[in-house]
Amino acid sequence: MNEKETYRVIGTRPLRPDGADKVTGRALYGADLRLPGMLYGAVLRSPHAHARILSIDTSAAEALPGVKAVVTAADLPDVEAKVASLGEGSVNTRYQSWNILAREKALYYGHAVAVVAAASVHIAQEAVKLIRVNYEVLPPVLDVLQAMQADAPILLRDLRTDELGEKGSALTNVAAHHQTKKGDVERGFQEAAVTVEREFHTATVHQGYIEPQNATALYNQDGRITIWCSTQGSFGVRDQLKDILDVPVAQIKVVPMEIGGGFGGKNNVYLEPLAALLSKKSGHKPVRLTMNHADVLSATGPTSGSVIRVKMGARKDGRITAAQAWLAYEAGAFPGSPVTSGMGVIFGPYAIENVLLDGYDVVVNKPPAAAYRAPGGTNAAFAAEVVIDELAEKLGMDPLDLRLLNAAKEGDRKADGVAYGRIGCVEVLEAARNHPHYRAPLPGKFRGRGVAAGSWGNYGGKSSASASVNSDGSVNLVEGSVDIGGSRASISMQLAETLQIPVESIRPQVADTDTVGYTEGTYGSRTTFATGWAVYELGRRLIGLLCERAAQLWDVEPGQVTYEGGVFSCGGQRLSFAELAGKMDETGGAVVASVSVQPETWGPAFAAHIVDVEVDPETGKVDILRYTAVQDVGKAVHPAYVEGQIQGGVAQGVGWGLSEGYYYDAQGRLANASLLDYRMPTSLDLPAIETVIVEVPNPGHPYGVRGVGEVPIVPPPAAIANAIYRAVGVRLTTLPMSPARVLEALGKA
Amino acid sequence: MATVWVPALLRDLTGGIERAQVAGATVREVIDSLEAQFPGVRARLCEGDSLRPGVAVVVDGAVSRQRLRQKVKEDSEVHFIPAITGGAG
Repeated sequence: MNEKETYRVIGTRPLRPDGADKVTGRALYGADLRLPGMLYGAVLRSPHAHARILSIDTSAAEALPGVKAVVTAADLPDVEAKVASLGEGSVNTRYQSWNILAREKALYYGHAVAVVAAASVHIAQEAVKLIRVNYEVLPPVLDVLQAMQADAPILLRDLRTDELGEKGSALTNVAAHHQTKKGDVERGFQEAAVTVEREFHTATVHQGYIEPQNATALYNQDGRITIWCSTQGSFGVRDQLKDILDVPVAQIKVVPMEIGGGFGGKNNVYLEPLAALLSKKSGHKPVRLTMNHADVLSATGPTSGSVIRVKMGARKDGRITAAQAWLAYEAGAFPGSPVTSGMGVIFGPYAIENVLLDGYDVVVNKPPAAAYRAPGGTNAAFAAEVVIDELAEKLGMDPLDLRLLNAAKEGDRKADGVAYGRIGCVEVLEAARNHPHYRAPLPGKFRGRGVAAGSWGNYGGKSSASASVNSDGSVNLVEGSVDIGGSRASISMQLAETLQIPVESIRPQVADTDTVGYTEGTYGSRTTFATGWAVYELGRRLIGLLCERAAQLWDVEPGQVTYEGGVFSCGGQRLSFAELAGKMDETGGAVVASVSVQPETWGPAFAAHIVDVEVDPETGKVDILRYTAVQDVGKAVHPAYVEGQIQGGVAQGVGWGLSEGYYYDAQGRLANASLLDYRMPTSLDLPAIETVIVEVPNPGHPYGVRGVGEVPIVPPPAAIANAIYRAVGVRLTTLPMSPARVLEALGKA
Repeated sequence: MATVWVPALLRDLTGGIERAQVAGATVREVIDSLEAQFPGVRARLCEGDSLRPGVAVVVDGAVSRQRLRQKVKEDSEVHFIPAITGGAG
């Protein structure tokens, strides 16, 4: 469907429509909201990782002057177990309700137990201290392998292993076993001249968005609920509230405020139902709840820690004959880790005839895992790409040459048997191999260069948009996609391209759930693809309507009017877009249109990264000297924001690789629940990250768009591990590759 | 007839075969045909009158949102794969 090869707007770098408000501080975030009579909330969180709740006494808190309402799990409806779609993933409504407020058990350190609304946040915090909870402390299970043992303490009273519809008989912490099998791995390994087999461990890590979760709710006397919150998807919040609170969807309006980062972690609700219940119970006052960073780290979804075993074999010529992986992912307190996504990523860049994957979704006493940029992919690629690097070494091959020899192409089948469409894996690997960075000398002791590849499937989903033409030729665009990474710009640009008008003529607005059609959240690298497709259709519809208006003016049939280069014409008559817009009053009034789409032809993304590191053998510290990220983006709508997505993904991947990780004590208490101790990389830890944009257009999109936001986080830890090996000769197989771990690997711990 | 790639965890029901040729104009009919050949398959893939929430159906390379109602052509490829998940929620 790529009907254009050259574009007027797509591929340029205009200023972002929301830029002025953000740099002047006028953009409104959830914590900026002030409503008359607003109350403030505070949450009581479990100090135990695993404990039965025997009783909760809120009487002293309720008696404190200024306290307006106290809510516990007893105030939540006892919802039935139901798996609700969240677009790219799904949630079990009952488990989600149990996560909102602990019901029978507290299942992780920081699990919300009760919540208070009061005249001030200070009173609310004092009241929380007066709530008496009688716990029976139980042994915590913090390690995925420990949780899988038959004699491990059981977290959930109803959990049995699901194997594609077949339930196990015993209670367990293993929620699901998934398997993907293609060909015959045993035969494949027999054909191999070289095999490598290793076990990898990755830490629990957090998305690390700067703006903590917040929610303000007004539960009106007529039953209408309005929620203002920081979310990646306002309709997803509405759907979750409907199920958790057991109220009709028509009663809920969700207003998405500006969002200070999400990276997958702001699709699920945490505070929204609590604020709504407090509002109702306090006499229909508006109630605001905000988290601090300790709450965010201890009680919102991190992504899974994991244990992954990989075995790969190759012939002497480098052809990979078999690949096998065993993946166990922590789900946190409730089932639903991204292990199936990891299974999709793990050998994604390669065409391998014989593959066997076993994936396990395992509950542990940690917060329930939430999506995080290419969920599960970074863990998986870390394991596979280190093993491939070792295969290359054993075969005496260049690591990129080995990857290119085995690179997946159109028609090749993934591990699950599904054939790839047009993909850019080969083009990406070739661009990496030909990049000056890859051939540049790297002099100096304890320095090494590593490479790694990665894939991500991307997603489509439902998007809606509407638009009205103004009399000056500008267009008001209303969309439902929350703007996290510059999507107001990328969506406006696609509408401007379709309408053949300047992007500055588009006025985008992100609307609430009462104002625009259903739109899935900004996740799965879907927004520029799917909402972009919606505005492409929207633009075509507006052009059709305007052709009818021109036909009226010229007394011809609409089909006789053509639109080219921003000009409507018929015979010798011509009107520009703006000129025709100025004649709307005399041709029937406003020109408006709405569109909803659900495209299914999203195209996968591939990346290859090159990194140079220097290892300090005395301290174990790893410095990144140079980093180059190559990625197929389909078509870069706004190249600067594409580069920003790539750089952001790399920065997070470097943190995952070198410094980030949850540290729990033996009782399961999170020991580093602050941004001082949860060590994300800063600008001082990172060099300039060079990006190389490869454009292999997605044939399944009008403008060739592929999602770009997730795949850049997939290769970094593996690339760094491979660079460390070349620098100091040790293979690190546990994340983060902290100074202590590097020293231990060097035998200096 | 459409080609169905049998999920690995269902191959105990299909005698180990990886692919099956089955009739059907929709995914629902394809599953009916599979069930006729390999009893027990439907109960593993479906929950009531729907595909299980954790199962995605891919027809000719595209993940279908129509699921059981998805049209299938004579030469279509049908895959039942684990649904992509981001987190537990």
